[in-house]
Amino acid sequence: MSIAPTEFESSPEARSEDYLWTLNFGPQHPATHTTLRLVLKLDGERVVDAIPEMGYLHSGFEKIAEHLTFNQYVTVTDRMNYISPMANNVAWHHSVETLLGINLTPRCTYIRTIVAELARISDHLLSNGAVGLDTGAFTYFLYAFYQREVIYDIFETLCGARFTNSYTRVGGVSHDFTPLVIEKIRAFVKTFPKTLNDMQRLLNRNRIFVDRTQGVGILTKEEAINRGATGPVARASGVTRDLRRDEPYLAYDDFDFQISCASTGDCYARYLIRMQEMRESLKIVEQAIEHLPSGPVNIGVDERTTLPTKNQVYSTIEGTISHFELSMSNRGFEVPCEESYAAIEAPNGELGFYIVGDGEDQAYRARCRPPSVLNFAMFPHLIRGHTLSDVVAVLGSLNIIAAELDR
Amino acid sequence: MTNTSETSTDNAVENTHVRALNAFCGPVKSSIYRNQQRVIVPVEESFDALSMLKDRGFDLFIDVTCVDYLEYRKAKHRYGLVYLLASTMNAERLTIRTFVDDPKPTVASVVPLWEAANWLEREVWDLFGIHFTGHPDLRRLVMPEEFTAHPLRKDYPLQGRGERHNFPVITRDHS
Repeated sequence: MSIAPTEFESSPEARSEDYLWTLNFGPQHPATHTTLRLVLKLDGERVVDAIPEMGYLHSGFEKIAEHLTFNQYVTVTDRMNYISPMANNVAWHHSVETLLGINLTPRCTYIRTIVAELARISDHLLSNGAVGLDTGAFTYFLYAFYQREVIYDIFETLCGARFTNSYTRVGGVSHDFTPLVIEKIRAFVKTFPKTLNDMQRLLNRNRIFVDRTQGVGILTKEEAINRGATGPVARASGVTRDLRRDEPYLAYDDFDFQISCASTGDCYARYLIRMQEMRESLKIVEQAIEHLPSGPVNIGVDERTTLPTKNQVYSTIEGTISHFELSMSNRGFEVPCEESYAAIEAPNGELGFYIVGDGEDQAYRARCRPPSVLNFAMFPHLIRGHTLSDVVAVLGSLNIIAAELDR
Repeated sequence: MTNTSETSTDNAVENTHVRALNAFCGPVKSSIYRNQQRVIVPVEESFDALSMLKDRGFDLFIDVTCVDYLEYRKAKHRYGLVYLLASTMNAERLTIRTFVDDPKPTVASVVPLWEAANWLEREVWDLFGIHFTGHPDLRRLVMPEEFTAHPLRKDYPLQGRGERHNFPVITRDHS
């Protein structure tokens, strides 16, 4: 027996969208991993629309940059993408040195390359680990986290800080590589492929994982370019753009490595790209550590562009003068009244700083171009039509770090 | 148009894109600094110029940002907008700058050209108060909706104007 249609139409206010309901996802939700918020419009379990909200972690980093000197601000860059602070340090001082026109020593470029690649490995480990965690592969996450711990140990031996490294300085780095650091990196290069193979065996053909990520959140090549995707997200969609090869900075010209690309553009492709990039990063680290040039790590004291070591300050007159010249507020660096942009291939994509100099030691304006913002902006496009459980898979595969997103 | 852009105009090497822009919107100021080609276009023609550059191969919209030149020496305009473009085909880059002024700084939105500009322009509106005409959804991006100031302007103090202590408290009953 069927119900007459008139009974349904009895309520005059009923509209076609009335069966949709709204779900508030975040800002505090275990699967967002950081503080971001989504307002989802659901039709049953299917996501009809998603409205991303951000700004919960906004702390005015760009405003602070106008009040801190080029060396001080590196501590703030640590807190942008705190999954790979070393990469941010390298990006910031790469941009500063582009503005000031400073050429690094060969040893310094190699050291920065090594730490940036180690940061990429640790970032990809967390990103892939989190995708695994959110799709039910907890063991995989622990494998990844153990290796992050090893990288933290290397950084701790290197500069004393595990998490917020603040490692780079204008014209150099804070600590040179010691034999112990080199030994630890060599050990990591040797042992890490085994874990990587284990991780690959755990997840690459895991039925649950593949079913939950393959064909989910597809980003076509045209959309990836139109929406400004960079890094692994773009490369998983077939955009063969990698600044390490296209605009070789630091020492990337010297190494033999491949750019990983996929064409499907789904969550599974992004996962595979990150797995492959870790192998390539490891190749770069291995080549760099074996061919590490000798010589000074920082630019000489005479150049007055980099802070001298405490030993030099206390025992040489040049060191003392240089230290005072660089630390005094009316001296400091020779900053041109110019503006320049320089970017590196950070783990998440193109991380660049547009710096305006006005002769002062602080930047007149330092704009950070964060890859996370553009990746998060395309989230509604990726999730439309998928189910609620796919939200966490897509979020994880985009690797959105709210601290970098909001700055 | 700051003093620096004018002084470095002379040593600019002619670039095919700059030549095209010259033909398109009259003589433009171009300069090169640290191998970066920069062109200043008039604000009325910024949309058409960027549209033309997109057709010329700059398919990737890297960033749009703003600089408040309030305290900059010899600056003639208050706000400078910076568009960073790149090509995925040949790794070329180009920086386009344009200037706007108070009382109502306005520029045409480039969201019809690149979807990537959507959130970036919202951020510039939020932090600098530059109005983008034709933007589909010009809301604040990082600051709360109740906020009235534009904090990255140079006349906004570093520690704020006490807004933090006056934010409305939303209770569970009212949310």
